[in-house]
Amino acid sequence: MGEVILTMKGIDKSFPGVHALDHVDLEIRKGEVHALMGENGAGKSTLMKVLTGIYKKDSGTITYEGKEVEFHNTREAQDAGVVIVHQELNMLGHLTVAQNIFIGREFKKGIRIDDKKMNEEAKKLFDRMHIDIDPTETMSNLTVGKQQMCEIAKAISHKAKVIIFDEPSAALTEAEIEELFKIIRDLRAQDLGIVYISHRMDEIKVITDRVTVMRDGTYVGTLITKDSTKDDIINMMVGRVIYEDPKTKNMTPPGAPVVLKVDHLNAGKMVQDVSFELHKGEVLGFSGLMGAGRTETMRALFGADPIDSGDIYVNGQKVTIKSPQDAVKYGIGYLSEDRKRFGIVVQKTVAENTTMADLDEFANGPFINKKKENEVAQKFVESLATKTPGVDQLVVNLSGGNQQKVVIAKWLTRNCDILIFDEPTRGIDVGAKNEIYKLMNQLAAEGKAIIMVSSEMTEILRMSDRIVVMCEGKKTGELDISEATQENIMNMATREIE
Amino acid sequence: MANKVSKTAGTNKSFIDRMGGQQFIVLILVIVMFIFFSAMSPGFRKYTTVVSILDYSYYIALMAIGVTFPLLTAGVDLSIGTGLVCYSLIGGLLVRQYGMPVAVGMLVTVLIGLIFGIINGCLVALMDLPPFLATLCTCMITRGFGAMVVGGYGIPWPAAAQEGGWFRSIFKINVGGQNIPIGFIWIILLVIVMSFVLNHTKMGRYTRAIGSNKEATRLSGVNVKFYHIMAYVICGLFAGLAAIAYSAIFATVQPGSGAGFELDAIGGAIVGGVSMSGAVGSIWGTLIGVFVICLLKTGLPFIGLTANWQQIITGLVLIAAVLFDILKRKKEAGK
Repeated sequence: MGEVILTMKGIDKSFPGVHALDHVDLEIRKGEVHALMGENGAGKSTLMKVLTGIYKKDSGTITYEGKEVEFHNTREAQDAGVVIVHQELNMLGHLTVAQNIFIGREFKKGIRIDDKKMNEEAKKLFDRMHIDIDPTETMSNLTVGKQQMCEIAKAISHKAKVIIFDEPSAALTEAEIEELFKIIRDLRAQDLGIVYISHRMDEIKVITDRVTVMRDGTYVGTLITKDSTKDDIINMMVGRVIYEDPKTKNMTPPGAPVVLKVDHLNAGKMVQDVSFELHKGEVLGFSGLMGAGRTETMRALFGADPIDSGDIYVNGQKVTIKSPQDAVKYGIGYLSEDRKRFGIVVQKTVAENTTMADLDEFANGPFINKKKENEVAQKFVESLATKTPGVDQLVVNLSGGNQQKVVIAKWLTRNCDILIFDEPTRGIDVGAKNEIYKLMNQLAAEGKAIIMVSSEMTEILRMSDRIVVMCEGKKTGELDISEATQENIMNMATREIE
Repeated sequence: MANKVSKTAGTNKSFIDRMGGQQFIVLILVIVMFIFFSAMSPGFRKYTTVVSILDYSYYIALMAIGVTFPLLTAGVDLSIGTGLVCYSLIGGLLVRQYGMPVAVGMLVTVLIGLIFGIINGCLVALMDLPPFLATLCTCMITRGFGAMVVGGYGIPWPAAAQEGGWFRSIFKINVGGQNIPIGFIWIILLVIVMSFVLNHTKMGRYTRAIGSNKEATRLSGVNVKFYHIMAYVICGLFAGLAAIAYSAIFATVQPGSGAGFELDAIGGAIVGGVSMSGAVGSIWGTLIGVFVICLLKTGLPFIGLTANWQQIITGLVLIAAVLFDILKRKKEAGK
């Protein structure tokens, strides 16, 4: 770690009705990776937006390279060498890699854009990063991981001195994360200051040097990563101790009936000959690396994607599921990994979302019974402890965890007995995560059967009664929780790869 | 290394894709249609028919080149049809009523087009009105405004033999009793220029970028508002040019007309491979697409199909074009 390159001191920012940042401090040194952590809504993004000129601060000072600065827009920040690598926003799918990297500052020959030079310069950047991407490839043809590399290349091309990574690993595979870390270490060695925003505790331990924790818009503290434990950090984030203890014993009542049986299911390349059983009151974890075919299996089972062959039995009865409508009819509910795209309608209210899967129940002929709708929605808001000012609140205004609860309410309204949770806590902060876990356990105890697809090992070990492991579209193992360890799950999850 | 990669990417593409994808298919379609109509009707395979198809194509092509820009930003401009008539009426009125030189009338025509382009651009880019709505409103406004200014009477721009009629020879000259459709040369030139603008200038690059991901473009430090407005300004400018072409080809311009012209232009662009969801498309594609529309309009009557059939078939062709686009994107998403 070198000298201080950037200091934010006493940063204050209010929006109408919200004190988003309350005198927050942050200090970044050259050659360090500095984690910025906090629950959703803690103010991490707001702080970074103030830094890069997207928001104007109310008070406080930013000192960069020894001088007090105030950037008025991202362009000014970029030019000074402070760059954000956004999660996904910054991609122009229809343009080429080089065009993306140099957007806004194209090389020109007269009025003509010099694409040849841009391609050459992009190539040089990639060579410097030791990665192989064709600058003339159309951006949307790249994998998410490669796109992220392009974003980083873009940041470096700005002669960046401070790079902010905003949840860079959210959509990456393990291998891609490894590559990302290699690049970040490279950048650190070149004396850049790096801000790393992430929810993933494991990554924080691996890649960062220091951690600054924020809570409810305030600065809580800064720790040296290697001298602190996971629990230290989590404590600072939530202000309470959270036990991430794994489950040790299968909690399913003995002799619980099989409610769902999947027999030799095939659907495309990603689902090959998958068989498993799900019992009443059980949480069945689906583990595996990204791209193992878990989500695809669930989508096929739910009728969202076509099935090539195989049988599905619900409560012992063979069923044909050709569409999500069929699946819902047999009491299967699916909570998508991508809530915003598939799970909820953000511009509708809590009540409207709650009844969406079962609107017939709430309709008198063509008219919707608003009163009944609100009553039922209210009931679930209470029983799931959804934090919302009211059932008429637009879902877009809720936090991730509470949005997830609305989706759960939607399927409970429909009386689904089989619930498929696909990455139930993705993008949800630690406190809300625990509530979702509690809720899932409670549902299982009430006799619902739950399938949980998760990429987080701690989540799998904490929640599952049994674990199915997939790799490359095939089921590679099945474990009772009592015999499951990180090591043997990882073993199965990589079985097909070598 | 880069060359090697792109080469392998090239070989993965189908023959059609390497030839330019949808544009190639549409070009074949134009040729097939031309042969078909020629074979079916002796009246069609005449030089005069070719001239009249071209006559018909100028104003649609000009509108279509212009509207390609808003389309590429994932917007649309519905005001170009009624706008065209409005600009032409005002320009023509200056010439007819106030005795101004034709050149001045033309200049004013184009200028008003430009001004409405700026208005559309500001409504969409500055005030965040949905493009469909904003330009639907200016469509109505231009329609009413044009009719109001001329007081409800049609305006005949000077005929070829009259004083000031020289402007008609911009598009068609008469050599030894034969009409030579030189307007086509101007269209080709403009297509070349606008292709350059679209593919090799910031203006074009950012037009596509806005259509691909406006927020990302903004965060890259691009003056998104300016370039977003400019897309509509270009569109308005070309609507103005289309107004001149229209005035030069047709004897009289009728107030209240023009509604539906924009659909021919937008339809042409879409048949030619411009995606309504933005970013995808080319000026050459648009031009070829316009000829599909024009051939349908002029060709179908020759084989005895009425204007109603023409509408139905044009609609079906549009569905086919859009389906093609959707299927292609699904295929790409699936790989």
